[in-house]
Amino acid sequence: MSTGTTKLDVVVSDVVPVNELVTRFHFRRRDGELLPTFSGGAHVVVEMRDGERTRLNPYSLMGSPLDTSEYTISVRRDDVGRGGSLFMHRSVKPGLEMVISYPVNLFSLDLRARKHLMLAGGIGITPFMAQTAQLAGEGGNFELHYTCRTASLGTYADVLRERYDRRVRLYHDDRGERIDLERLLSSQPLGTHLYVCGPAGMINWVRDRASALGWPQETVHFEHFAAPQPGLPFDVTLAVSGKNIRVGEQQSLLEAIEAAGVDPPYLCRGGVCGQCETNVISYDGNFIHNDHWLSEEDHRSGCKIMPCVSRFEGKSLVLER
Amino acid sequence: MGITFRKETFRDDFTFRNSPEHIRRFPFPFHEDSYMYAVNIEPHVVGPKGSVLENLIDVDEHYVAEMQDRALVLAEDPLRCQSLPHMTLAGWDLLELLMEQQALGYPEHFTLTRDGDRWRWINRPLGIDDTFTFGDTSTLPYGPMEYITRQSQGDFCILDQRDGNLWMDAGMVTTQADWSLDFDIGMNFFEWHAPVPLAHEKGIFTRALKFLTNIQQGKPARRLNWTMTINPRLDTSPENYHKWGPDRATVTPENVGDKVHLRVELQSFWRLPRSNGIVFPIRCYLIKMDELVTQPKWARRLHRVIRDLPEELANYKGLTRYRPTLVEWLSKLDDGSATSPGFGPD
Repeated sequence: MSTGTTKLDVVVSDVVPVNELVTRFHFRRRDGELLPTFSGGAHVVVEMRDGERTRLNPYSLMGSPLDTSEYTISVRRDDVGRGGSLFMHRSVKPGLEMVISYPVNLFSLDLRARKHLMLAGGIGITPFMAQTAQLAGEGGNFELHYTCRTASLGTYADVLRERYDRRVRLYHDDRGERIDLERLLSSQPLGTHLYVCGPAGMINWVRDRASALGWPQETVHFEHFAAPQPGLPFDVTLAVSGKNIRVGEQQSLLEAIEAAGVDPPYLCRGGVCGQCETNVISYDGNFIHNDHWLSEEDHRSGCKIMPCVSRFEGKSLVLER
Repeated sequence: MGITFRKETFRDDFTFRNSPEHIRRFPFPFHEDSYMYAVNIEPHVVGPKGSVLENLIDVDEHYVAEMQDRALVLAEDPLRCQSLPHMTLAGWDLLELLMEQQALGYPEHFTLTRDGDRWRWINRPLGIDDTFTFGDTSTLPYGPMEYITRQSQGDFCILDQRDGNLWMDAGMVTTQADWSLDFDIGMNFFEWHAPVPLAHEKGIFTRALKFLTNIQQGKPARRLNWTMTINPRLDTSPENYHKWGPDRATVTPENVGDKVHLRVELQSFWRLPRSNGIVFPIRCYLIKMDELVTQPKWARRLHRVIRDLPEELANYKGLTRYRPTLVEWLSKLDDGSATSPGFGPD
């Protein structure tokens, strides 16, 4: 049974530039009905039909879960990525009909928490936009620490400060401001849960410090928002379906498999949920594993690959698909 | 044309019966002549008209009587309904799901009207007409989960999802096959399944958990489970074992047809949108042997399944004591001819 998500037919209802790198997109249902309710931290997968190519990228929903008349996402332009964000910035205009997935939440609030301590880096702010809105509506206890490069790149910093005032603390790299993590993590009341979303380096830093300071693993939540990376083209044999495919430079292995008419299950398309895990039958070359799902042992074994984010360089690769 | 609700009991004089139409729609759980555990999960989509899958939340002729039985159980033992403090939001999710589904499937019996967060709920079979504020617990006579599950057939477990596991953190459990919410509350998926024999060795729970934690909004799933119960008693709880346990010693060749019931659970799994929890409705269907064997295919097949059931499973399901009597009784209805594939009667 496929565990992909149900699709929603939407229309782009607004496109709003937020700053020099980030643009916000608003979606409404084409039939005028309400969108499904979601929980703070959820994402949708946006299908981008760009000529012959279809890219599917996950984006966090950043509106209030209490308002399902529209969904909003914010996309940071990545000039060296695979082109998904450039497509969104250049080609997506109000009125365009698009297809998105039902919401999926892989970065859920732990509602047992006495306090929610949130750490955001850059565009990693987006899931916290929805989570803070959800918690504020229920009178929840939260505190948000947000680092950005400059004030002008502090996406939604102004909105958050206005909504939540002192519950939001900003740190600007260009002013040399840094989170005093040691102090922050040492001074939290019992029952606090920690959430971090941002660049991989930030996530690792926060997880390491929390662990060293004795935070139980179950209280530390994180979301990698790593998009699939481009790379050299490579050829793959899909043994089950009897197909030979080529993965293009700007294409993910999962997208190439889908383009060949084979539909593996997926949810996050970011290497964390485990749905598209694929067995390797044989290979001659090197894997470029970019996922957070498989263990290091799995990576070394050469027996498994996560086609949503990982790539391959070498002579041959045969997958059980 | 609405459902004609039966006046009947699940205790004392046990007047519970299935009408002929309800016998034919019974969710017979065996698609072949033998039974072993499997991860028999499939998408919970609407099935044929006249089956229990005609609506995703089924309401049948036993609705009113079952709700009365639930009220009796709760009056004696309020701990059958529990919700840990962080599960209130999930309770609202469940209230929305059950109101929507019941109103959708049975508009002649249930009506839901919404004006923003001002909701009006009309439940005609139970004579309820309440207006409340969605999300504001003070506007309902009970918490949201208790309120709606006092008006919905089947048990309900609400599972919190965290740390890659599912936690039994809320539920309404009054029609259970010998397990206790009060005992299991707060346990994770592996802890509450610990007593099940054979399945752990087969890795079934690890795979099932992986599947369940990935259940998506808008894509519910389901499976069937089964056991047997002596007398049509919904509340076969460990708390009341002294009331129903001894019944198992009362089965004789003369009363098998009336006393022995096949008990089938239609279990479904739904992602809850606001809380990101999972609700696990366990809907119990009972049918006595006399009713079941009116369908000759079911009589033949049930004989073969019960006769060949592995000892561990028979023990776990509590059949050991009366199995020989039941098998002997069923054998007279099994001429050895082949049974057609699939669950349904011929």
